[in-house]
Amino acid sequence: MMNTREHLIYMAGQIFRNFASRGEEAAVSATAEHLVLYWDPHMKAQALDILDDPEIDLPEPVRAVFGKLRVAA
Amino acid sequence: MTFTREKDFGTPAASGEAVSLTIDGQELTVPAGTSIMRAAAMVETDIPKLCATDSLESFGSCRLCLVEIEGRNGYPASCTTPVAPGMVVRTETDKLRKLRRGVMELYISDHPLDCLTCSANGDCELQDQAGAVGLRDVRFGYEGENHLEGCKDESNPYFTFDPAKCIVCSRCVRACDETQGTLALTVDGRGFASKIAASQDEDFLSSECVSCGACVQACPTSALIENTVIEKGTPDRAVVTTCAYCGVGCTFRAEMRGEELVRMVPWKDGKANHGHSCVKGRFAWGYARHNDRIVNPMVRGSVDEPWREVSWEEAIGHVAREFRRIQNAYGTRSIGGITSSRCTNEETFLVQKLVRQGFGNNNVDTCARVCHSPTGYGLKTTFGTSAGTQDFDSVQHADVILVIGANPTDGHPVFASHMKRRLRQGAKLIVIDPRRIDLVRSPHIEASHHLPLRPGTNVAMLTAMAHVIVTEGLVDEAYVHERCDRDAYAEWAEFVSDPSRSPEAIEELTGVPAQEVRAAARLYATGGNAAIYYGLGVTEHSQGSSTVMAIANLAMATGNVGKEGAGVNPLRGQNNVQGACDMGSFPHELSGYRHISDAETRALFEKDWGATLDPEPGLRIPNMLDAATDGTFKGIFIQGEDILQSDPNTRHVAAGLAAMECVVVQDLFLNETANYAHVFLPGSTFLEKDGTFTNAERRIQLVRKVMEPLNGYADWEVVQLVANAMGLGWGYTHPSQIMDEIARLTPTFAGVNYDALEQRGSVQWPMNEAAPDGTPMMHIDHFVRGKGMFVVTDYVPTDERTGPRFPLLLTTGRILSQYNVGAQTRRTANVDWHAEDRLEIHPHDAENRGVRDGDWVSLRSRAGETTLRAKITDRVAPGVVYTTFHHPDTQANVITTDFSDWATNCPEYKVTAVQVTPSNGPSDWQKSYRELAEASRRIETAEPAE
Ligand code: SF4
Ligand code: SF4
Ligand code: SF4
Ligand code: FES
Repeated sequence: MMNTREHLIYMAGQIFRNFASRGEEAAVSATAEHLVLYWDPHMKAQALDILDDPEIDLPEPVRAVFGKLRVAA
Repeated sequence: MTFTREKDFGTPAASGEAVSLTIDGQELTVPAGTSIMRAAAMVETDIPKLCATDSLESFGSCRLCLVEIEGRNGYPASCTTPVAPGMVVRTETDKLRKLRRGVMELYISDHPLDCLTCSANGDCELQDQAGAVGLRDVRFGYEGENHLEGCKDESNPYFTFDPAKCIVCSRCVRACDETQGTLALTVDGRGFASKIAASQDEDFLSSECVSCGACVQACPTSALIENTVIEKGTPDRAVVTTCAYCGVGCTFRAEMRGEELVRMVPWKDGKANHGHSCVKGRFAWGYARHNDRIVNPMVRGSVDEPWREVSWEEAIGHVAREFRRIQNAYGTRSIGGITSSRCTNEETFLVQKLVRQGFGNNNVDTCARVCHSPTGYGLKTTFGTSAGTQDFDSVQHADVILVIGANPTDGHPVFASHMKRRLRQGAKLIVIDPRRIDLVRSPHIEASHHLPLRPGTNVAMLTAMAHVIVTEGLVDEAYVHERCDRDAYAEWAEFVSDPSRSPEAIEELTGVPAQEVRAAARLYATGGNAAIYYGLGVTEHSQGSSTVMAIANLAMATGNVGKEGAGVNPLRGQNNVQGACDMGSFPHELSGYRHISDAETRALFEKDWGATLDPEPGLRIPNMLDAATDGTFKGIFIQGEDILQSDPNTRHVAAGLAAMECVVVQDLFLNETANYAHVFLPGSTFLEKDGTFTNAERRIQLVRKVMEPLNGYADWEVVQLVANAMGLGWGYTHPSQIMDEIARLTPTFAGVNYDALEQRGSVQWPMNEAAPDGTPMMHIDHFVRGKGMFVVTDYVPTDERTGPRFPLLLTTGRILSQYNVGAQTRRTANVDWHAEDRLEIHPHDAENRGVRDGDWVSLRSRAGETTLRAKITDRVAPGVVYTTFHHPDTQANVITTDFSDWATNCPEYKVTAVQVTPSNGPSDWQKSYRELAEASRRIETAEPAE
């Protein structure tokens, strides 16, 4: 079973894949927007922590999404 | 209050041109097609009758309803003779009286004369009609050949068939055919030897009868009668209320004797059910007074301790103190609440208000999370509002009905009966479902196409249908041009046209022959009015929201939104799923589906409630549980929802609950979630409170209190007690005031109030200045969002994959006689039909594993393991297994994983990779859970503290 961090990364990746047919850039934006609308502040904060954690090997699109989230925050 | 029966006009209403005639000297005008019997009843002239009743087509067998018509020979039956212009009818003459008496004598000579001790005494049409025709004597005597020795059939737990009381009027047979559509009854034999038989002359319980009660209601004597009437006597008052089981929202007359409920009789004027019902609403209400009900509040320091009964004051004070303590220690956002789709609109509104106003955050979610949250997302995105487009009656205008991921005969039985009627009239049916549900083939119904796709491939399938519609030029271009966003359409059309999305390209993936998919798509696009009905087989997938949008795309492309007989119709599971969603139960939106980040909407609520609202969305249920295991979420108020049993991945739920410091459960029974609770607040049943439910067609209907709550308070009052203990100062004295607040704050509800509901019986939202009479059908001239939005729905396979360890796909569903986690129905005689959950497995898969029918099997996924018994059937395809989730012993959700819909986190219940092996007993989890459950339900027997 996934722990919370793994779960957040998984969810962001899954949302991205469902937007992927729009093309990488649009999908990253749409995913970040989705997180803004539906994730609670603590989840968003955890996403930013994940981004800053050098130990975590983040899939590229998820890194881009969390990066966008930081800009939005 | 006196008890009156609903008026019976004898034959159904007609809707032709106006026709004027004279009956017994009285002139009247009625629609053409009306029977003389009905016309007479409309002017309070009740012609004697036995075989006629207004819920059934006339039959003309008893010959009691004879009349004289000027200029016509003989004595025609008024039930089968339609009115004609200028007709002059006489209903009472000496000759008619004599004829009727003769008919009645024949009936009575073969009827037991035990009226005074008969259960139906005072509520029997035969008795009434004998009086009406003035029968005083039976010339034939009672000694001749008769049926008085017939043996009673008491097999059905809810009603008894006594053939001695049967007059072979065949109302029951016709009710089973016309109203229910099960065709379980026949008139066996001819002439004097004729008798009523269930299926192949079996007893009712073993027959095809689904115990809907339509025959019992139609029976004019006590031949078919509710056991509760036999036990308790006939009712002396009646209150109209709404069923608390499923999203059809049938209305019933709760017929009472004093404080006791005698029977629930479907209400003829109910706009959702039109006088029909299913076994649950009609009969399975015994749980309301079941001994297991907890009626005193209880508290305990930790879940290892036994429960301690306390006063309401102590329990509520404890809850308020604990919640405030936790917030002080861990922050404002460390607690939350869950609203219930079982409770009223007013109650769910108050729970979310408690969270937003009292807890100061948006950590509120609802059980709709695990069923129809993708409907909310998908229909809002494409059409602009999170609700079905039609009323139920619209199905009577459908030419093609597409059912996907729903099993209406089990899940939404009364609507299924209406749908079946339309199908028997010739509408075409397409079923997309991995399992051969009953609708695929049932008496007089056969689906034109059944597409038994592999679970998890809905999006690929619907996109392939769209491919056919677009590439074969079947799009309703004019509609799309006028009504939809053209750029979005162009992008979508290009996407679906790609050859990689053709039925041929996905054949291997879905397992459905391409030609069948093409044929089904053509039928849907060209067969006339085409309506889509869908259920949890659509939403409970990792692409649930995409599937809802793919459905919406199909409907828009073919011009099937905004007209009768068409539309996109989610079949909602629980009685008030629609309402719970409407009321702002989701963590990101306020009532009426307005996002919490919208400052203007927030300001409206802030002014009304005198509080500042958190502009950030709150946690969804699975995220609450994640946060609990992380130590940041510590307290929860759960009203009428058993998340431990109903939510996926039981171990995860259990771990989350176990990590919290204050779990408050409000329910009727010590449910499974309560095993992890610190405070238990007893709940009240739908019979014990006032309020409203909103059904799947957005219909708001009154729930009326028929008895005092056993626990002392209606659920809305309990929420108010908690709120006030937390200092919120609420002062509601009746739920109507809560509805007034909802209306004040929610534009789509602006015109809704209890007076309007009392007057109209029910209303469908939106109801406001723009729609003063409510809205049976949505998106008529334009979509709520303006232009209909096509959304590209790329097929993204679920990550839940079969492999060598878990080679089978498990999908789940429900059965007619049981309801969700079964807390209510398991406490009724409905267990006679479904005493345990079984695992359906295809003969090939069973044989490969050495499993025989009825064997215990172990069902294992990467999340966990459980055991249950196998049922071998070819209803499921090879490679697919299926079970229900009504019994806590089965713990089917130990198996389901934490994968969920990408947009809404609605769990992926419908696809789990599993292995099935023979077994000889419960799994370790089942054993240890059973022990925990037993320990956790101990109650100290001390007197409640005052
Ligand atoms: S059981 Fe009742 S409804 Fe059926 S034929 Fe007999 S009397 Fe009529
Ligand atoms: S209870 Fe319903 S299904 Fe059963 S015989 Fe009567 S009408 Fe038919
Ligand atoms: S169909 Fe649904 S609402 Fe109607 S009686 Fe059955 S459970 Fe109740
Ligand atoms: S009521 Fe008309 S024939 Fe029976």
